[in-house]
Amino acid sequence: MQTDAPPAHGSLKGWPPPALDPAGPFAAPLNSLTWGLLAMTAAVLAIVVVALALALFAPRAWRKRLGGERLVWIAGIAFPVVVLSALLVWGLSLTHRLSEPPRPGELRVRVTGEMWWWRVGYLDAAGREAFQDANEIHIPAGRPVALELESTDVIHSLWIPRLNGKLDMIPGRRNILRIQADQPGEYGAQCAEFCGGPHALMALVVVAHAPADYEAWKVKQGEPAAPAPAHAAGKAVFDRAGCGACHAIRGTDANGLAGPDLTHVGSRRTLGAGVLPNNQGALAGWIGDSQAIKPGNRMPAYSVLSGQELRDVSAYLESLK
Amino acid sequence: MIGLAGATLVACADKPFPSRQLAGANPTEGLRLIEAEGCGACHHIPGVQWPRGAVGGSLDNLQAQAMIAGRFPNRPNVMIAWLRDAPAMAPDTAMPASRLTQDQARDVAAYLYSLDAD
Repeated sequence: MQTDAPPAHGSLKGWPPPALDPAGPFAAPLNSLTWGLLAMTAAVLAIVVVALALALFAPRAWRKRLGGERLVWIAGIAFPVVVLSALLVWGLSLTHRLSEPPRPGELRVRVTGEMWWWRVGYLDAAGREAFQDANEIHIPAGRPVALELESTDVIHSLWIPRLNGKLDMIPGRRNILRIQADQPGEYGAQCAEFCGGPHALMALVVVAHAPADYEAWKVKQGEPAAPAPAHAAGKAVFDRAGCGACHAIRGTDANGLAGPDLTHVGSRRTLGAGVLPNNQGALAGWIGDSQAIKPGNRMPAYSVLSGQELRDVSAYLESLK
Repeated sequence: MIGLAGATLVACADKPFPSRQLAGANPTEGLRLIEAEGCGACHHIPGVQWPRGAVGGSLDNLQAQAMIAGRFPNRPNVMIAWLRDAPAMAPDTAMPASRLTQDQARDVAAYLYSLDAD
């Protein structure tokens, strides 16, 4: 019994990725363009094959016509110039609005590629970061959202097949990828530019909410972590082990910036950038030895913790909803 | 060489340990649950290509193992209890209590007992 399906929830599963199943107005033009180009190239291929067959096997009179100068002018020059120019105009008119800069009043989310996870900052109208999250992008359904793609280390590429095409995240640049999901739901995404060892394990989930749910989510997510008296032991392990040097939990002393913000880590669908289901057991496994799960990632294995400590700290993190 | 292969075959045919079976449990559903819960985050489990965690022990050939976690007899009802709430049995274990129901834990145990080294 073998299975290839990754166990993560909401991430891309199986093959092929759903690139021909658009779920919003920024993916639909790419779908039309793909099928249009395929139809066009298939038609041209058919014409060329028929012409070749005629040139080889047709009666002499037909072959003579095929060799005439007029056909070279029409089929060899005029036809490609007209067809390719039309395709260019069509393609540009379909895609030019996919990468416009953010418009006033538009929702803005800054997505920063990191080796090998995604830092996600929700921006207010003035472009200031309201709060930070990781490895999930939450959007309201039926409304365009401008993703401002950046990178701090190497080139990554964000690909949400059902919502738009791939766009690179380049250090020192800010690329705009606009997405819109027409229906609430979860849309898997993946880093599409090789960025080092665990590149294939750098996934992401886009969660589209009904508009009212989105507002509620945003309010909740912006709040600091609620005190967790029931998990005082786990919080003590978190503090003692120095987790706060790399991770922030708003509302506590943990204020590290190197790794993902964990303020509401228990509310996420996945762990380790879209690769594991999120529950206490998976959290314990990740903390205990994430290197066995995602070799090369920047978090060391915490084999110094006892079994009880590992259970306590994972229960604490799971409680951060 | 042939003699050695023959001896190995004979060794496979009559196993010196009792087989551990669960009537009516569904090992296929057990594997699905194992993947959905992410047991591979800690354990190397044959049939799960990834992840192959190194926090807990490998579960390969579990049906031939005498003890669970080195301290409880490896019997189906003990295994099911362990899968559901390990800390209740061993307070210092790193393995947290799971969300598995009794029937789900039976399916998971059935899958784990189907793993055979040979």
